Amino acid sequence: MLTQDLFEGVTPRGKMLFTAGLGALLLLPEVADSYLISILTLIFWFAYVGQAWNVMMGFAGQLSLGHALYVGLGGYGAAALYMHLGLGPWVGMLVVVPVCALVGMAIGWLGFRFGVRGVHFALLTIACAEFTRVAFDHITALGGSGGLFLPVVGGRGDDLLMLRGSPQLYYYVMLVLALLALALCRIVTRTRLGYFWLALRENPDAAAALGIPLLRVKLLAVGLSAGMTAVGGVFYAFYYNNLFPDQVFAMGRSIEILLGPIVGGIGTVFGPVLGAMILTPLGEGASLLLEALGITLPGTKQVIYGLMLVLIICFRPAGIWPWLAVKAGLVVPPGETDLREKGEAE
Amino acid sequence: MSLSLTVTGLTKHFRGLRALEDVSFTVPAGKIVALIGPNGAGKTTCFNLIAGVFPPDTGRVHLAKRDVTGLRPDQLCTAGVGRTFQIVKPFAGLSVLENVLVGALHRERRVAAAREKAAEMLALLGLDPQAHRLAGSLTLPDRKRLEVAKALATQPKILLLDEVMAGLRPTETDAMVATLIGLNRSTGITILLIEHVMRAVMALAEQVIVLDQGRKLAEGTPEQVTQDPRVIETYLGHDLPEGAGA
Repeated sequence: MLTQDLFEGVTPRGKMLFTAGLGALLLLPEVADSYLISILTLIFWFAYVGQAWNVMMGFAGQLSLGHALYVGLGGYGAAALYMHLGLGPWVGMLVVVPVCALVGMAIGWLGFRFGVRGVHFALLTIACAEFTRVAFDHITALGGSGGLFLPVVGGRGDDLLMLRGSPQLYYYVMLVLALLALALCRIVTRTRLGYFWLALRENPDAAAALGIPLLRVKLLAVGLSAGMTAVGGVFYAFYYNNLFPDQVFAMGRSIEILLGPIVGGIGTVFGPVLGAMILTPLGEGASLLLEALGITLPGTKQVIYGLMLVLIICFRPAGIWPWLAVKAGLVVPPGETDLREKGEAE
Repeated sequence: MSLSLTVTGLTKHFRGLRALEDVSFTVPAGKIVALIGPNGAGKTTCFNLIAGVFPPDTGRVHLAKRDVTGLRPDQLCTAGVGRTFQIVKPFAGLSVLENVLVGALHRERRVAAAREKAAEMLALLGLDPQAHRLAGSLTLPDRKRLEVAKALATQPKILLLDEVMAGLRPTETDAMVATLIGLNRSTGITILLIEHVMRAVMALAEQVIVLDQGRKLAEGTPEQVTQDPRVIETYLGHDLPEGAGA
């Protein structure tokens, strides 16, 4: 019943491809080298965080350009709990996720309460991320600008609870997180709240006239999005074992988070996944290529992402997924849902 | 299921522009009342004040005995006010059914049940063939119908309709009129409508309020109003529009 709901509107071919792809990803660590595994882990991470950002912008229509804030807070929070109190990352999440959700909602409340909308709200999110970055530069208990380093405990095998172990462990954990986010978004868009978000995104005035309490609905979107992103931050901290304010809170990170969903398809559930699958290998591939040619050009990745963005905006402003999914026959085109369902029932 | 609406001394200025000046009227529970007047008379401003888009400078809005002045649009929807927008506001990226579903979810928490309710509303407005099309792809008359379906899906006790007949063909107007009268008879819903199509006003309204330059110019039955020299002078003109003289 649940899988039926999850795959509603997906054609048999789409389901088959998804299952095959997932199966391949599950088996891949058996054969792949650690480099490939690290790239895929990165893809899963961006798919996950892109999914979180998409909740706010894609579903509820609230643009955030400061999602690095929640990555950083999540990462630093869990790292601090681990180093100072010995709490594992999963326990840390129980603290960090609600905190980040509340921080997001506080920023949202400040903005929405005083009528800060659209671009101005986006600027507010940048400002909050930047303030926090500067503040963390000066928190010496957490390493300040010199960075915070998690102790690396090698040679004790995989420890899922403490999230210490081999690249394979991180690969599977991040894969599961990305899948859970995908399922969560798929489910939530079909709930009452999900429809309210879509209505808000499409037209706030009309949504209000239909009885939707805009402020509450917006805050729930920001809260969920921020909380989800915080989990990504926790993973980041335990995967890289180091945190620098200039990296985790960076404006560039906020941008990188939202590129995937934009390229893949804002407001679609699979868009962030596809976007991450396209962008991350593209960026990494370019770096590899230049390295092989012996050229050092800092910022190549950014230039390539920028070009990609321009191409998307010119040719597929709705993102690649909505177009590709219909072209490749992976989903039932919008408008034909009912017909197919009836056909199957008969 | 019906609610009376009373506005008293409603005034609204926009940076010195007088949009509405001391307007008072009552829409009795279960009645259909039309608000007419030339462009810029303040009709839509009046709707926006009632529906909570912005608060009045002075004056009160009452639903039955409850003072609802200054409530937010969503609170007014909860209080039983359903409204359409003159400049239609469909959720363009959602299907027609989903548009109405959003409205139905206001009082029905379960999505499946709300979906059924939404389908009923589409059937009532004759939009069911378009149910799965994107709302952004509808023609203007269909968008007007969609506005009504969305508002009705919230199960209002009073319905504010802002020019929903504009752009409809005469036969379509008659169909909409029949739908609204049927609804009013079966559910007792109170209707206040802004309308330029006099054919619809004459067929629907039991009472007509005429606004001009932000003030109430006249009030009465359709017959009284259409024969009022001031109304003829400012709005109807000496050549009565089709149906007005009937």
